[in-house]
Amino acid sequence: MSKVLMKGNEAFGEAAIRAGCKCYFGYPITPQNEVPEYMSHELPKAGGAFVQAESELAAVNMAYGAAAAGGRVFISTSSPGLALMQEGLGFICSTEVPIVALNVSRGGPGVGGIQPGQADYFQATRGGYNGDVKIPVFAPSGIQECVDMIYESFDIAEKYRNPVLILADGMIGQMMEPVELPPQKEITPVDKISEKKPWAITGTDNHEGRNVVFSLRLVPDVLESHVEHMFEKYAEAEKELVRYSSMNLEDAEIVFVAFGTMSRLCAEAIEILEERGIKAGLIRPISLWPFPDKAFDEIGPKTKVVISTELSMGQMIQDVKAAVNGRFPVRLIHRTGGVVPSSLEIADRAIKHLEGLK
Amino acid sequence: MKTIFEPTKGMLPVDTSYCPGCSHGIAHRLIMEVLEERGDLGRTIGVVPIGCSINAHNFMNIDMCESTHGRAPAIATGIRRVHPDKVVFTYQGDGDLASIGAGEIVHAAHRGEKFTTFFINNAIYGMTGGQMAPTTLIGQRATTAVDGRTVEQAGLPLRVCEMLATIPGAVFVERVILNTPANVRKAKKVIEKAFDIQEARLGFTFIEFLSACPTNWGMSPEDALKWVASDMAEYYPVQNFRTPEGF
Repeated sequence: MSKVLMKGNEAFGEAAIRAGCKCYFGYPITPQNEVPEYMSHELPKAGGAFVQAESELAAVNMAYGAAAAGGRVFISTSSPGLALMQEGLGFICSTEVPIVALNVSRGGPGVGGIQPGQADYFQATRGGYNGDVKIPVFAPSGIQECVDMIYESFDIAEKYRNPVLILADGMIGQMMEPVELPPQKEITPVDKISEKKPWAITGTDNHEGRNVVFSLRLVPDVLESHVEHMFEKYAEAEKELVRYSSMNLEDAEIVFVAFGTMSRLCAEAIEILEERGIKAGLIRPISLWPFPDKAFDEIGPKTKVVISTELSMGQMIQDVKAAVNGRFPVRLIHRTGGVVPSSLEIADRAIKHLEGLK
Repeated sequence: MKTIFEPTKGMLPVDTSYCPGCSHGIAHRLIMEVLEERGDLGRTIGVVPIGCSINAHNFMNIDMCESTHGRAPAIATGIRRVHPDKVVFTYQGDGDLASIGAGEIVHAAHRGEKFTTFFINNAIYGMTGGQMAPTTLIGQRATTAVDGRTVEQAGLPLRVCEMLATIPGAVFVERVILNTPANVRKAKKVIEKAFDIQEARLGFTFIEFLSACPTNWGMSPEDALKWVASDMAEYYPVQNFRTPEGF
């Protein structure tokens, strides 16, 4: 297969189309605008439907309707837009409807800025959803990985009947890289939806009995049972969906923990430190929930410090500390507000942390 | 023996959860009767709102989904994209549609969405216990306007049909009243017409039902029906606002 040079956001849209996406609903927000733009002209050619929603609130609810009716659905937004979508995402979890959502995140809080940020870590992994809710979150470090993730996430969402969130950042959405696109899957024809998704609302002519997609459960015991059922799925997701990559853990003095754009900068910082005679390694969580706790068991005895490296004031560090569980000192290197540090800055600050331990 | 009447198959054989004198039961039955008569029950998908009628999916014998508060028109927009050949409708109250969902209904109309919205206007929030709605009349008491709604405090009531009729995509807009047997029969004809126009895929179709909520109005069912005709219909004229040519 040959590679094509594509802008991240456009490749993400193409990945969804290749996965057999039937519907895309979007609202303009920087730095993800190329996704709805691309989908507006390419998805109809593939037999799908594009709607520019009047708001992110409407977009996520259109997505719910289309997915409840059995369509494969993709939505994208950026940080403040995902804040608006959270009610819908929590509701969709409770109704057990699969959708794939992409957040090309930017600096916050509030409307913040439009440069890359990772301060949506809590929003993604804890969420602003009311009630007991989990959403699998995957964080790509490059365009190819993000394309593959989106492609696979439709199957994951349908298996678990739950939303799946891809947390990319503005850097990954805006840059260009060569990418190998996955094969085109067919959009499920309308008359085949009920075969694949017997729960979908397709009209009672198309399936046994009557289908109702709902969230309201006024009897506490009934609601409790439903939440417990959701958590049985989440327990399985915690076993099946843990993903990470690691490098140099066995003999590293410093172990960086970083996802997305920051993990690329850490890989460069590791080379700079190597030149200075310091061995450093990296744990790159790919699934942010479920968090890859077991990666931290691979850290060797030579390690002196674990450094959570983030484009936020330090959010993932909470999960890093929980995973390290007191075995090593944990420190933070961060920039926020859309500022992306150089690999040199990361290396220098890592050395200061190392010296500060003495 | 000859059967001269039987309940519509569009309604499940269960008691509804609605109060005595509430208009939801009448509106439910009319819509379901029309769908049954058209042979469409098996190819219809409905969206219920947040409010008393979230329970409609326990009574209407069709595929349905619940909605987040006010977003039913967005949800129906999504359903329509997956099922271009089905019958799709939303069923919404006035708190749901005219307040929190004002944006979604305007834009569904604006896009000319090919589904029908049934709007139950009883001038109050029912499920939450009688708070003021955008449609509450001036002087009407509510738990958040105990001395009656005033213009100074809350503005004049919102006339949704009149607002939507300014939008080109809303091709059929009509207000009906559910106060007498004759008017109930008229309302059924209007529902038939709305589905005819939906099936012709001409644009967005909308029916407002002037409805009674005796419980939250603090009235007997009989007085409530009188008040719908005297006070509500005075401010909300019962009429057609737009019909496409040929219908």
